[in-house]
Amino acid sequence: MAELVYNEQGRLLFTKEMKEEYTILMPQMLPIHFSMFRKLLELEGYHVDQLNNDSRNVVDEGLKYVHNDTCYPALLVVGQFMDAIKNGGYDPHKVALFITQTGGGCRASNYIHLLRKALKKAGMDYIPVISVSFGLESNPGFSLTIPLIQKLIYGMMYGDIIMNVANQVRPYELNRGDTDKMVTTWVDRLVDRFTRGQGMSRKAMRQGFDEIIADFAAIPVDLSQEKIRVGVVGEIYVKFSALGNNHLEEFLLSEGTEPVVPGLTDFMIFKIFNRVTDCNIYGGSFAKKEVCTFFMGYIEKCQHDMIDALEKSGRFRAPGDFAQLRELAKDYLGEGCKMGEGWLLTAEMLELIHSGTNNIVCTQPFGCLPNHIVGKGMIRALKDNYPESNIVAIDYDPSATKINQENRIKLMLANGKAMAKKRQAAAV
Amino acid sequence: MSLRIGIDIGSTTVKVVVLDEANKLLFRSYERHFSKVREKTCEILERPEVYSLLTGQQVHMVITGSAGLGVSKASGVDFVQEVYATAAAVDTFIPGTDAVIELGGEDAKIIFFGGALEERMNGSCAGGTGAFIDQMATLMNVSADELDRLSLKHEKIYPIASRCGVFAKSDIQPILNQGGRKEDVAASIFQAVVDQTIAGLTQGRELKGKIVFLGGPLHFLMGLRERFVETLQLDEEHAIFPEDGDCFAAIGAALCATDYEVHLFDEQLKKLEESQNAVSSVDTAPVLFASQEEYDAFCQRHNSQHPPMYDIATYSGDAYLGIDAGSTTTKLALIAPDGGLLYTYYHSNMGNPVSIVRQELTRLYELMGDRITIKGSAVTGYGEDLIKNAFRCDLGLVETMAHYNAAAHFNPEVDFIIDIGGQDMKCFKIRNGAVDSIMLNEACSSGCGSFIETFARALGYDIADFAKLGLFTKKPVNLGSRCTVFMNSSVKQAQKDGASVEDISAGLSISIVKNAIYKVLRMSSADDLGQHIVVQGGTFYNDAVLRAFEQELGREVIRPTIAGIMGAFGAALAAKKLALEKSNILSAEELQHFQHTAKPVTCNGCTNHCSLTVNTFDGGRRFISGNRCSKPLGGKKVQNPDLMKWKYEKLRTMQGKGSGTGVRGRIGIPFGLNMYENLPFWYALLTSLNFEVVLSPESSRKLYIKGQRTIPSDTVCYPAKLLHGHVLALLEEGVDAILYPCMSYNFDEGTSDNNYNCPVVAYYPDLLAANIPQLKDTRFYHPYFGLHRPKDFEKHASDFFLQEFDVPKKETMAAVRKAYQAYDDYKNEVRGTGREYIAYARKHDMPIMVVAGRPYHMDPEINHGINDLIAGFNFVLITEDAVAYHMDKQPRTVLNQWTYHSRMYNAARYVCTQDDMQLIQLVSFGCGVDAITTDEMRSILEDGGKLYTQLKIDDISNLGAVKIRVRSLIAAMEARDSEQSEAQARSAAV
Repeated sequence: MAELVYNEQGRLLFTKEMKEEYTILMPQMLPIHFSMFRKLLELEGYHVDQLNNDSRNVVDEGLKYVHNDTCYPALLVVGQFMDAIKNGGYDPHKVALFITQTGGGCRASNYIHLLRKALKKAGMDYIPVISVSFGLESNPGFSLTIPLIQKLIYGMMYGDIIMNVANQVRPYELNRGDTDKMVTTWVDRLVDRFTRGQGMSRKAMRQGFDEIIADFAAIPVDLSQEKIRVGVVGEIYVKFSALGNNHLEEFLLSEGTEPVVPGLTDFMIFKIFNRVTDCNIYGGSFAKKEVCTFFMGYIEKCQHDMIDALEKSGRFRAPGDFAQLRELAKDYLGEGCKMGEGWLLTAEMLELIHSGTNNIVCTQPFGCLPNHIVGKGMIRALKDNYPESNIVAIDYDPSATKINQENRIKLMLANGKAMAKKRQAAAV
Repeated sequence: MSLRIGIDIGSTTVKVVVLDEANKLLFRSYERHFSKVREKTCEILERPEVYSLLTGQQVHMVITGSAGLGVSKASGVDFVQEVYATAAAVDTFIPGTDAVIELGGEDAKIIFFGGALEERMNGSCAGGTGAFIDQMATLMNVSADELDRLSLKHEKIYPIASRCGVFAKSDIQPILNQGGRKEDVAASIFQAVVDQTIAGLTQGRELKGKIVFLGGPLHFLMGLRERFVETLQLDEEHAIFPEDGDCFAAIGAALCATDYEVHLFDEQLKKLEESQNAVSSVDTAPVLFASQEEYDAFCQRHNSQHPPMYDIATYSGDAYLGIDAGSTTTKLALIAPDGGLLYTYYHSNMGNPVSIVRQELTRLYELMGDRITIKGSAVTGYGEDLIKNAFRCDLGLVETMAHYNAAAHFNPEVDFIIDIGGQDMKCFKIRNGAVDSIMLNEACSSGCGSFIETFARALGYDIADFAKLGLFTKKPVNLGSRCTVFMNSSVKQAQKDGASVEDISAGLSISIVKNAIYKVLRMSSADDLGQHIVVQGGTFYNDAVLRAFEQELGREVIRPTIAGIMGAFGAALAAKKLALEKSNILSAEELQHFQHTAKPVTCNGCTNHCSLTVNTFDGGRRFISGNRCSKPLGGKKVQNPDLMKWKYEKLRTMQGKGSGTGVRGRIGIPFGLNMYENLPFWYALLTSLNFEVVLSPESSRKLYIKGQRTIPSDTVCYPAKLLHGHVLALLEEGVDAILYPCMSYNFDEGTSDNNYNCPVVAYYPDLLAANIPQLKDTRFYHPYFGLHRPKDFEKHASDFFLQEFDVPKKETMAAVRKAYQAYDDYKNEVRGTGREYIAYARKHDMPIMVVAGRPYHMDPEINHGINDLIAGFNFVLITEDAVAYHMDKQPRTVLNQWTYHSRMYNAARYVCTQDDMQLIQLVSFGCGVDAITTDEMRSILEDGGKLYTQLKIDDISNLGAVKIRVRSLIAAMEARDSEQSEAQARSAAV
């Protein structure tokens, strides 16, 4: 049995013995991406379980352990862990928790501390919490090595392209469920390839992209009825997590629309880019800047591979690249605006509008600090410059009811449909 | 073409209309549905006058409305979004409209026409809607119609918050309790709705041109109309109140129905009827009582807790009177020296506690005859000051102490007390016989008891009956645990899902309990509370609430039979402790001549312009309330050392040309957020460069209103919202440029892991640029600067000033160095003055209060004079930055990455080392970062043996709740002191 070891500051460490003996629990946010991340981590020798519990008890546990003025994602993530530890059939003395820490000026960087506080409150502070971050906290039993990071980047790219094409096929599929089946097939296939050590080079990835595109393009669809597209942007967790956004994508599909959800890649590039920007704006280490620039450049190349593959397909729309997003946001926010989703959120709305997706749901946790600025704060300016844009901001929290959220989205959709009709009439 | 039927199902009402081919209204109805949504709709359609019109016909039928979505889903009848429907109706019947304002039960909407259609609905907050007005009417004990009539006779308007009903309640209650006129309060309530609508929904667009007013409240309430028309300065041509304004969404739905298929009316009706029975999944909570036997045993257990009872008609001897003038109820207790009860009274104060107390006293004197002598009288609660002055009571005490007295008398072992009253929740832990910590509910979750009451009324029940409904239901609804106002929408969801009134009643009881435990108490297990829990307050008379409380805790608690009058009981005990020969309270004779009039006036003693209420009693006795200082009372303003005031006055001097010539032009600086910290820096920098600094005016409500309509997010904190007014004021000043840099990073003081600003402070300048149109025509500079790296800043600043103002780089570099020096000087001066004040306090043996918050909390418009109040209690007041520097960096259990917050942690740590210091934390409502700091501050202080007190502040200037906390803190300090000296005496004796 692994011994509990603490560092100088009294933080419980995740040791090498624990790596052997413990199961690491990972919260859910993006099912496609995360199931690949899980596999990649397992290949490094970690035992990882992906949490998929999303009953009401998740919220209740969160409310119990987290100040409920704290942002909703923190509450859900902590609640998901606590619910799993208590009710998931785990031996609490044999689990550890994974949590990402981005280290920005937003209160989200406090998740890890809130989680530790919750564990302490529940008398389970013997459970180690592992920070997945760049240099914020280290643990002897866990390290983000360069090769692992590289693999995770590939995982992210695969995740983004699958999510992208699946979103473009699903609303139109002739046989309900085809798309989701294909998603599962591909996630399994990729996981299988990872196990065999395949698919982990840019070349292999480019090939993989083409195969994915071909398979999704082959799903029988009915494209005769044009559906209005609805973009989803927002705070990263509620934007992606069905638990956080009350199954927003499903709702949009049921309303006969095509959800357009910008991927994770830009966000990752954005987070690295911020370190470069900090050096530019405030000064800082040249070496750090160089490393980040290189690192960021690599992901951007991968992103271009994806965009090229999509453009080449002729079947699927390709998203804009990071440089384009940067350019778009320039008239609205300074590049130093980096907390939370920062200028990227505004840029994503702009990119959606520019690519013909005028209808947008901007999701945020109730009282989200950065979104006061970059979400709600920019909608006025977007409306002024793009009168045809149709954006609704939706708040999520433990007691915001689905009915009110859906009603507001419906209003946006009614507006969007009317505008589409008007455009069609004008075209005729 | 066929007939068209529009059905608008809102949160409280159903509207049904039938239109013919020529858009003529054949039928209309507007009725409350009391949560029986589907039944009501069918019942209306089955009435002969409608049914005969439609049966056998092919019709277009469309449903709309916030509660209509569920009905549509369940029945398969077509649905159209209600705002969209309303827009269609307005387009058809009132062409040329520029905007529509529609208020519903819980929705508030504005639709902008002209160009692209823009629609706005209220967010997840139900403030400023019909439900809010109902809630307020309940509070004032009048019907909505009466409220309306009252409002038309108003003389003045008080500032009242409407964002949250709870806030408004805490605004209104003191006004009523202090004798404010109901007419004025009524109009103020409507004004609050108007302000909320404009503030919350316009979001950067101006309301002008032809405006149509729709929805129930605007249809029925003339006073509300008047407030809107006056505020928006509309004439008759531009303010349209259409005849069927209450049914417009339904009419719009009927118009939109043309786009949908026709069906046989009878089939559609059948679909609706059948859907009545479809109950979809509702999130349920465990049952309260499984059987009658369980309930009986429960009642028996609780009813066994009662004090001795004496018959006032036969008793003779001494007695002590306690009065609890609560926010919504007035309670009296007359006790014998052994604590036995002679007389009790518990009743709603009908908004006029004075007349209630007078009536009860008169009755008491009759009952007592010559047999009983009142030897002491004490008063507690919101109306303490007023009642004490009106009836010459011997003692006034803060309500928290009154409740503790009562519980301790009752159960000496008590270690935890929770009191849920009309709208206050008070909890305190008792450790070693002294109050260990006091928790009052934050402004956003108060109003628990009166909330259930409002709900009961809205659903057509008396409160007692309503509460009983839930006791035995098998499926209590799970309604969430946030602020009570948000429960409105949870209830709406439950109604949609087919929950019965019984389920909802039980659900509300459970919710309030969860709110108390998780929101106020912030605990994770019953053991956190204590072993001997006493519950009090009128709300616990509700057996469902009590049961839910025990269930949630998993343990039995004690509810004395006098749970509702514990405050009065405790006050009576305190009166006894005075050991007076005879009470000074008004005699029976004096009571006969008792007279009371209340008049609102505005104090012109200083720039605060407090709204005062002058109460005049018989014989020329006067009592003035609403004052922040003693000036209007005729006394001289005594000023204790107050570092907040000192800093504020110091910063206000930093404008003008300084030692420079000002030739380079006038640069405006908005006086808000981090400028409260960085102004010395910018002032020195700019004046050294020969710019003239124009500081925006002092914050005020008026300044806030000026910028209100450009605020894009209504949930951002008040200090940020004020910036809009500041910037507009600078524009009016005609400055050459405005400088307000974005700053992710703050100064690095070496005491934290990082030195961030919060996102709002960091990027608000970018937001202002995007939302204030006039800034596009101004030189508004909001570059990203980092003052934390002086060398780099020197470079960036010299580039900036060269490029924008042609300032030679050398000059800027020198100015930057001066600026850093000036900032350091300022900081040192603050610390030096802090040391002086501490020395003063120690010399005069005064306690020291460290008020910890953000620099901008020194703005009197943000803190509403809390510093005056604290200093008025004879504290020497210093701020966190005057002591934080004594402490080094230390690991924290939260991420310590914000400079301002790090100061608070260190200030708290320092306070723990000083016997004569206490700390109060100021928190702005909506501050997400403080959700993290408050817990940390509490644990630092409590671990250090100090009391934790938090004051949550918003745009509302109500110092009532603040007073309770400060007085409770003082009382707890005194209790601790006497405990300590007793302990010392004991140990000395040994």
